[in-house]
Amino acid sequence: MTETENRFTTRTWMFLILPVVLLLALVVLFLNTNPIRIAGGDLPPVEEINIQRITLPDHGRIVLQVVNGGPDPVTIAQVLVDDAYWQFKVEPENTLDPLQSGQVVIYYPWVEGEAHEIVLISNTGATFDAAVELAVQTPSRGLDQLLSYALVGVYVGIIPVGLGMLWFPAMRQFSRRLMNFVLALTIGLMLFLVVDTFLEMVEVAERLPGVFQGTALGIFAALLTWLAITAVGNRDKYADRATPSGRAFIAFVIALGIGFHNLGEGLAVGAAFALGEAALGSFLVVGFILHNLTEGIGIVAPVLRDQPKYGWFALMLLLAGGPAIIGTLIGGFAYSPVLTVIFLGVGVGAIWQVIIEVGRLVMDSAKRREENPVTWLNVLGLLLGIVVMYLTAFLVNV
Amino acid sequence: MKLSRRDLLKLGGAGFLGLPLAKVIREVLIGEGDPSSPHDMGDGNPDAHLSFGPVGQVDHERNGFDPHTILSDYDFGTTSDLPDGRTLREYEFYAMDKEIEIAPGVFFPGWVYGSLTSPASQRSGRLVGQVPGPTIRCVEGDRIRIKFTNTSPHPHTIHFHGIHSAKMDGVPLQGDGLIHQGQSTYYEFDAYPFGCHLYHCHALPLARHIHKGLYGGFIVDPDPERYAGEEAAIARTRNHNYPENEQYQEMFMLMNAFDTNFDKENEVYAVNTVTFAYHHQPIDLDRSKRQRIYLVNVTEFDPINSMHLHANFFDYYDHGTTLTPTLRTIDTVSQIQAQRGILEFSFEGFEDGLYMFHAHQSEFAELGWMGNFRLGGE
Repeated sequence: MTETENRFTTRTWMFLILPVVLLLALVVLFLNTNPIRIAGGDLPPVEEINIQRITLPDHGRIVLQVVNGGPDPVTIAQVLVDDAYWQFKVEPENTLDPLQSGQVVIYYPWVEGEAHEIVLISNTGATFDAAVELAVQTPSRGLDQLLSYALVGVYVGIIPVGLGMLWFPAMRQFSRRLMNFVLALTIGLMLFLVVDTFLEMVEVAERLPGVFQGTALGIFAALLTWLAITAVGNRDKYADRATPSGRAFIAFVIALGIGFHNLGEGLAVGAAFALGEAALGSFLVVGFILHNLTEGIGIVAPVLRDQPKYGWFALMLLLAGGPAIIGTLIGGFAYSPVLTVIFLGVGVGAIWQVIIEVGRLVMDSAKRREENPVTWLNVLGLLLGIVVMYLTAFLVNV
Repeated sequence: MKLSRRDLLKLGGAGFLGLPLAKVIREVLIGEGDPSSPHDMGDGNPDAHLSFGPVGQVDHERNGFDPHTILSDYDFGTTSDLPDGRTLREYEFYAMDKEIEIAPGVFFPGWVYGSLTSPASQRSGRLVGQVPGPTIRCVEGDRIRIKFTNTSPHPHTIHFHGIHSAKMDGVPLQGDGLIHQGQSTYYEFDAYPFGCHLYHCHALPLARHIHKGLYGGFIVDPDPERYAGEEAAIARTRNHNYPENEQYQEMFMLMNAFDTNFDKENEVYAVNTVTFAYHHQPIDLDRSKRQRIYLVNVTEFDPINSMHLHANFFDYYDHGTTLTPTLRTIDTVSQIQAQRGILEFSFEGFEDGLYMFHAHQSEFAELGWMGNFRLGGE
């Protein structure tokens, strides 16, 4: 080590700087001579407009949130609605620079409950399509609307998770084998959730402009979350999973992971309600209650042998169910695909860590008695967890 | 279990690293700006039901041609007398690449024709490429000689809808066939039969070469000396060399459309190229004259196009090759691609006001093929 430091001379500095200087020189040379022009020639600009969100604030307007996702500026020259030219304006201006977002306001008398097709035409004649699947006025930001969206969040998140946690006293009476069955069931639930959350993340990521590299963004958010939880989990006071605080940490991570998953669900539900796509309405909400019921079991499964306080249950409930409320509000009023990808990525990371942690609980329990952890009962629990989630998901596909 | 505040920060901080937090706060608190705010609903916004049509104006000067002048711009060529007494009309046509503004702010990479003797070129003192190409106007029996030069990188031809020999047909592998960049050829034939015709490029792929803009009108006036009685009288009104032609307000209208994103569907429909041109600026009609429209359809990708006249009816001469109407007292006529005809009507005794005309495919109308006639204008 010291030897290396001694060698850090002027010469070393020069060699550190040399590649940087050469790089700059080459960039300048390249930009000035453009040796690959033979490959490009006088090509038309690459135009890409991503339509992020469509809202119908009143009966005379359709509003599009757009982002220029391409490498060149794009000028929105005309707008077609249902194969007809309509008056519009673009804020801040018709020409959007790369990555600049804007708002296209179209003065169009849309028809309640019907579909409309929108085409943006650029000055080079390129077209960008958007569709209003079912025209419904977008809720304005009144207190009533906020409360009703929050209520949907309560039904989707808080109520099912809370109901699931109510099984805690009964589950405490379970034998060790049955407790392991519940833990295996939790792993099954989480396996379903990690796949479901990941797929949802990829789906949203594909709607992002290419430069955001949506899928990679979500995966890195997942990786970072997983590492952070692992780092926190390795602190002395939680490190031993055989202690109550160690098990409580696992429950906390489960609640966190479920929280982010429910945030994603809330976003989807909120956005669907706002865009008029959630035609199923109350049926959808009932579906979510059934779908998320088992999540409460998952949270309390690791602490069945302990004596958590009521306050702790309330905290876990808030952590796991509360984000659904935040989700429906953001989804309904300020949906952002970039944020959604990051939230869902965080959810994937947290849930993945949950699978590892709960898996370790089952393994440790078996190891202490020198048993094989893969018992028929455990496998059955795992399968049951996946099947329950899969089947109840039929009710909630937005 | 106890989580220290630091642990929570660590967890949260890691997950939110790189998050545009300010954006979340802004969007949740302020929202997406004015349109979603409940306060300005409807206020200061135009009536959506009347907010129809494109935004802005097309710069006709930059295009070098104006749909309003195309209505009555006829290219008579350079005339001289042949030894047998007939008229020789000589033209110099060019094909070139030219970007044209077809809707306000929407530019189309066109392939276009221009002629040295076209009114557009004569007015500006230089060769002007235009869509539709210059409207050739001649008389039945004239000898037509067109020198065609291709200045564009793609091979082109001129194929006339008329009567001529195979090598003058302007198709690949016949006569001089495809005319490549820098090459020239001559198309020579007698103008027959009289009527409202067209010409277009016949290089392959045909759909691309036509819809890019290589087409124009070819009007052959009847020669009254070949007809007798009532027919001769009608022929005189159709022939631009006779004073009786002045009793008519004549307009050349070519129905075209543009597929701006090359998906085989048109985004822009028009008469004489510029979308809504006669909607924004109506055509003033002279009530003291009868109206005659030379209507040509070159619309690519759609099987038919049509024209409907509001509040009036017209007589129709299919292909213009007869001196008596082929359809009488109709207000809508449809044409397949390359079909054309002459419409004759009168607004004598009508009230002042705007009288619409448009394609009666609503989609075409709303995508630009819509216009107004004006009585008592200014």
